[in-house]
Amino acid sequence: MMSLFTVEGLSGLLFLGFIGITLAGALIATSARRLIRSVAGLALCFLGVAGLYYYLNSPFVALMQILIYVGAVCVTIIFAVMLSESSELKQVIRRNVLVGPLAFLASALLAWALAGLALKTTWRPAPGLITRGTVENLGQSLLTTYSMSFELISVVLLLAVVGSLVLARTGRDK
Amino acid sequence: MNILVLSNSLDTYLVIGALLFGIGFYGLMQRQTFIGMLISAELILSGASLNFMAFNRFLAPDPTVGQVFTLFTMAIAAAEAAIALSIIIAVYRNYKSIDTEDVVDLQG
Repeated sequence: MMSLFTVEGLSGLLFLGFIGITLAGALIATSARRLIRSVAGLALCFLGVAGLYYYLNSPFVALMQILIYVGAVCVTIIFAVMLSESSELKQVIRRNVLVGPLAFLASALLAWALAGLALKTTWRPAPGLITRGTVENLGQSLLTTYSMSFELISVVLLLAVVGSLVLARTGRDK
Repeated sequence: MNILVLSNSLDTYLVIGALLFGIGFYGLMQRQTFIGMLISAELILSGASLNFMAFNRFLAPDPTVGQVFTLFTMAIAAAEAAIALSIIIAVYRNYKSIDTEDVVDLQG
């Protein structure tokens, strides 16, 4: 048994904390009554996932996760919540009462099947590493091997910006 | 198995990814507002990205591939969120509601 008060022990404890943050944030995001709280849960979950990315030897992706998801996507969702404040507290049961339990059953089945599949398969590790996967390698491959996809994704983002402006602008005088 | 070395095994990440997917799927079916469903879809996407990163770290011969893929997923997710939110705002202008049960004009 490894001692808790070594570097490895503390880092393992931090990892458990990240797992807890991720799952707690996901649960808050799906079960909170008010939308703004569920956006906060989503941000918490993304922070936990960024911590997990850090443990997977990719600090750059972890920082990008915080920057893009927590900094951009969550803030945009919060703006949308504020622009369309719904009567979310009315909470009338207007549909079949079976929907909740059935949804829980289906998703539990899915998660159980996926996790069981992951645990049962014997994964074969790679024979050897070609690169180390550092930030330098990442930048080089983004601008050489994946340069076409990189350009295409810029076009997609540009189109998304223009498209969302057009969509949100129509019917503004109503 | 020592609980403190969990960060060094592939199974941990795969199980967390499966749990994130399951929670997101539950929210997608159970939520009654468009924004809630969008939030659940983001959870599903992050579960998938976590799986990619885990395989990338433990099984891939070239550990840059999964990172590049996850970065692209993030860009697509940001574009998707922007488009979906502007659609939600357009729907809100027309129906004064973002509740999925109110937007039923095409229902037979």
